[in-house]
Amino acid sequence: MNITTILIIIGLLGVSAYYTGIRKSLVLREERLLHSTPVYHGAILAVNSSLASILFIIIWIFLEKNIFLELSSSRYILFIISILIFILTAVITFKKIKHEFKARDKLEKIIELFLLACSTLAVLVTIGIVLSVIFESNKFFSAVPISDFLFGTHWSPQMPIREDQVGSTGAFGAVPLFTGTFLIAFIAMCIAGPIGLMSAIYLSEYASKKVRDIVKPLTEILAGIPTVVYGFFAVIVVAPFIRNAGQHFGLEIASESALAAGLVMGVMIIPFVSSISDDVINAVPQNLKNGSLGLGATKSETIKKVIIPAALPGIIGGLLLAVSRAIGETMIVVMAAGMSANLTANPFEAVTTVTVQIVVLLVGDQEFDSPKTLSAFALGLVLFCVTLILNYIALHIVRKYREQYE
Amino acid sequence: MNNLKSRLAKEKRFKLYGIASITLALFLLTLLFVSIFSQGYTAFQETKIQLNINFDEKIIDPTKTKDWEIIKKSNFNLLIKNSISELFPEVSGRSKKRKLKKIISNSAEYQLRDYVKNNIEVIGTNQKIWVLADDDVDMLIKGHINRALPENERRIDNDELKWIKFLESKKLIKKFFNKTFFTSGDSSESEQSGILGAFIGSLFALSITLILSFPIGIATAIYLEEFAPKNNKLIDFVEVNINNLAAVPSIIFGLLGLAIFLNFFGMPRSVPLVGGMVLSLMTLPTIIISSRAALKSVPPSIKEGALGVGASKIQAVFHHVVPVALPGMMTGTIIGLAQALGESAPLLIIGMVAFIVDIPQTMTDPATALPIQIYLWADTPERGFVERTSAAIMVLLVFLIFMNSAAVYLRKKFEKDIG
Repeated sequence: MNITTILIIIGLLGVSAYYTGIRKSLVLREERLLHSTPVYHGAILAVNSSLASILFIIIWIFLEKNIFLELSSSRYILFIISILIFILTAVITFKKIKHEFKARDKLEKIIELFLLACSTLAVLVTIGIVLSVIFESNKFFSAVPISDFLFGTHWSPQMPIREDQVGSTGAFGAVPLFTGTFLIAFIAMCIAGPIGLMSAIYLSEYASKKVRDIVKPLTEILAGIPTVVYGFFAVIVVAPFIRNAGQHFGLEIASESALAAGLVMGVMIIPFVSSISDDVINAVPQNLKNGSLGLGATKSETIKKVIIPAALPGIIGGLLLAVSRAIGETMIVVMAAGMSANLTANPFEAVTTVTVQIVVLLVGDQEFDSPKTLSAFALGLVLFCVTLILNYIALHIVRKYREQYE
Repeated sequence: MNNLKSRLAKEKRFKLYGIASITLALFLLTLLFVSIFSQGYTAFQETKIQLNINFDEKIIDPTKTKDWEIIKKSNFNLLIKNSISELFPEVSGRSKKRKLKKIISNSAEYQLRDYVKNNIEVIGTNQKIWVLADDDVDMLIKGHINRALPENERRIDNDELKWIKFLESKKLIKKFFNKTFFTSGDSSESEQSGILGAFIGSLFALSITLILSFPIGIATAIYLEEFAPKNNKLIDFVEVNINNLAAVPSIIFGLLGLAIFLNFFGMPRSVPLVGGMVLSLMTLPTIIISSRAALKSVPPSIKEGALGVGASKIQAVFHHVVPVALPGMMTGTIIGLAQALGESAPLLIIGMVAFIVDIPQTMTDPATALPIQIYLWADTPERGFVERTSAAIMVLLVFLIFMNSAAVYLRKKFEKDIG
């Protein structure tokens, strides 16, 4: 007997309960009007009883998974008890159906509770993320000291297969990953910052409405392209181009260079920067602009001396969000940035990032007792904390800034 | 004060910077599309070679019973070999013959087997059959291998080139629409690989995402917008949480899925069911935020009217506000699903990245997804796979464009409705 069948049977029972409820209240209505319409009586009967038995099933499965593992063979007991609970609740509710019974109020209460339960799910997800990441990294930190992880400069997570194997003891110094991540994010921001900001300024201050209506959706296409496509673009077009250009100037550029990954990531982030900048620039009150223009300043002087200073907090908030996006981006760097953990600031060399290492460590077979697998969760914890802080600051700045002009 | 001339020149320059950056962004967009299209459009054709196959009774049906159980074990490869030697009687020697056989894809024998299964009456007759060519031949015919290069620099050597030229002169080699690409799963041979398996995987995962995140997302939005007590610390916390979740890197959701769904609940690895669940957690914030915006923009008079004639709050919201806001909510949902369709990082973490030849039949069969298939093929240096990677990207982009246009259409409709 499997769960799907049980649920289908409960569903069918629910439908019959619905019609039973309606029939009883219709009979009652022959005498005089009820508090709620018959539909509500039927619905409360069905909802009450199915909720009771579904709740029971959920609790049962939870217990089965955690405590009474040996019970899992006796699914038919679960089936019988859940049907019994259904019938019992149905009978109790059925008896309650009278003229004064406030079926609608009860049902609305249940609906509201359901809505509330759904909205707590977001919190549960956050808790789930925090717990799972902290729990696994805790195990990791009991094997590798946290200071070695955060400040060590050598990363080679290969653990020895045999006890007496020479050479690979595993080193978990994550500094090369952090520098790699920031190097690529920095290159990306060097591209996306100026281009995104300038196009936002041009579109909101100079361009005619017609141009804006065409160009804005076009730039936003860039945001809708899957990152795996950017990764492929980096590998097949940008990286060879950079390598050839480097050879032309006598530079030695690795085929998986930080530059290629950073450039393409920058292109990906352009629409992100430009749409946030566009919002904050439009939020600058018109009379500030008019004042400057009225004093004889040119448009560009107004933008540079009035609009940008006024919009600066918002723009910085937007840039911070873009940085957090760049740090957390995975596919472009997995495909274009390489796997070797070099501690370097040279954009022509291959570097690796936190996200790349998470993927490398977790794809394929995993053993959840080896520091190699667990270190991915420690990296995830760092990534989560850094992006959370960046997002929090950025959202805070942007919101403060909006309030200022409202 | 600077003179006017230099100030105006500055103005002009500033404006030019703006135009330059927009042009650059659009140029990069065009470059991306053009490079992918030019790499991949040839993948929509496949090269086939016509063979005159003699379905010799002695080889495939020695017992003359037309019993499928016996036929299916027989040596269909021999039929191909015989047919090729007939076509090139001058080729002799084991190694040369083997090389000659190699211009035909090794899927040809299965093609013949299936053909016989469906047309059992062909046994004992001669039939002209188009079979798939090998991927190197395919690349040559499509012009990706330069025939003018010296022999040691191209993947097709002079003998093979001579044979192909002979086939071309007899019009026995031709390009067809690439049906294989749309009807088969992954394969280690590029000419036999297709996107159907990955597509079905994506479809399964996305339907789970839709089933989970659409109801939960709009329920959350309705509660927060219409029922939640205002200025409540707890509700503020929920809101901050949702905004933060929207900006959490997608790979973190993969870690969540791995630790909670796979390790704690013991769900199977690599299956679309878990993939869809992870993706739905990821798209939930997008749906909630845009659904709230849609609810907020419904004029309050609609709700107040309903409340005024005695509807309860639930009735006012569900019978009057939600139907008006629904197109707006659907816009957000479609955009969220489009994001989920293009997302690969969390799926990598929960193991939906594997070489899977079979097309998944249920939600709990191991599968990949379209973006993962792109990632896997992009890792393969062979020219045949580069072409298919680009083609798969084109298919993915077509779906995304379709979904986004639907979202734009619904948004327009919504804006007109609330006028």
